[in-house]
Amino acid sequence: MADATLIDQGRETDVGDYFALLKPRVMSLVVFTALVGLLVAPVSVNPIIGFASILFVAIGAGASGALNMWWDADIDVIMKRTRGRPVPAGKVTANNAMIFGLWMSMISVLMLGLTANYLAAGLLAFTIFFYAVVYTMWLKRSTPQNIVIGGAAGAFPPMIGWAIATGGISVESVLMFALIFMWTPPHFWALALFMNQDYDAAGVPMLTVTHGKRTTRNHVLVYTILLVPVAMAVAFTSIGGPLYFTTALVLNLMFLKGAYDIWKRDDDAAEADNYLVERKVFRISLYYLFLHFALLLVEATAKTFGLTWAAWPQWI
Amino acid sequence: MSGTQNNSSARRNRNNVVIGAVLLAFVALVFSITVVKMMGGATMEAYDHTVRPSLEKTE
Repeated sequence: MADATLIDQGRETDVGDYFALLKPRVMSLVVFTALVGLLVAPVSVNPIIGFASILFVAIGAGASGALNMWWDADIDVIMKRTRGRPVPAGKVTANNAMIFGLWMSMISVLMLGLTANYLAAGLLAFTIFFYAVVYTMWLKRSTPQNIVIGGAAGAFPPMIGWAIATGGISVESVLMFALIFMWTPPHFWALALFMNQDYDAAGVPMLTVTHGKRTTRNHVLVYTILLVPVAMAVAFTSIGGPLYFTTALVLNLMFLKGAYDIWKRDDDAAEADNYLVERKVFRISLYYLFLHFALLLVEATAKTFGLTWAAWPQWI
Repeated sequence: MSGTQNNSSARRNRNNVVIGAVLLAFVALVFSITVVKMMGGATMEAYDHTVRPSLEKTE
């Protein structure tokens, strides 16, 4: 209480400021992928249990966001994109963000354990730990590969969704994890190619800064090539099918073509047209992930209506 | 919004209402989960530091 008088916040803290600590936009992605993981699983879940479980996953993901904002307040204040966040903007103290993040973490994990099962809760706890400690505290400021390993945190939600329904881990849930995990680096580095000034000023090691844009272009291509087999393999599991396969084929060819275009050209060409190709590939990458998961949902829906194709090979 | 006395108390009121609604929603959620779990056959009894024959697994 005493420290409240030490900081001139200009105005009092709003409930909305605490909501902003939960990173609602990241949360929407978590909710979507976790929900797909839950719905494509072969075990049906009671709607109330499913709703509550996804809610607790969302709160857990939000909690890790609050912990991230507590730890990163010093660099968030430097970067234009993050300057308006509650802690750097002085709406919530860093200490309160930490306390809020820790409480929400504990409540969400415990409630998910009671509502669904303790494997799902354990995965959520690990996700929070991975994002808040491994990524935020350790990797983000120390290595330009931060995106690669940190991407694992964003890749866990569909696996948690699957665990909520089945209580287990399977090749399908691991492949959904791998899909997001392998997608994150080319997605993020395409973005970094056309807006890296901020990270530079904040001293966060971005590949574009530490190794240059040439290396980043190479990395985008290599990671996209590695991503393709993962995305296509999903088609031949129990959650895949011809609709997913067809869509994935088109999306992967588009993404691959885009990554090739990024790799082929140099920065002079990119600056000449204000990073047109890089911006386009970044936009493609957004559709890429969304549509892969949307099509998994379509396949699952088709199956519940008995629309299956017996001839479709299920190799994995 | 200017930070007048009136605005400040109105905001505090609004915050209290929102927090109250969130807590009530949480109570309702836990209650619904309980109802669903019990309709699904979950037992009302749990370990109670003594032998409870009703909790023993029977063939």
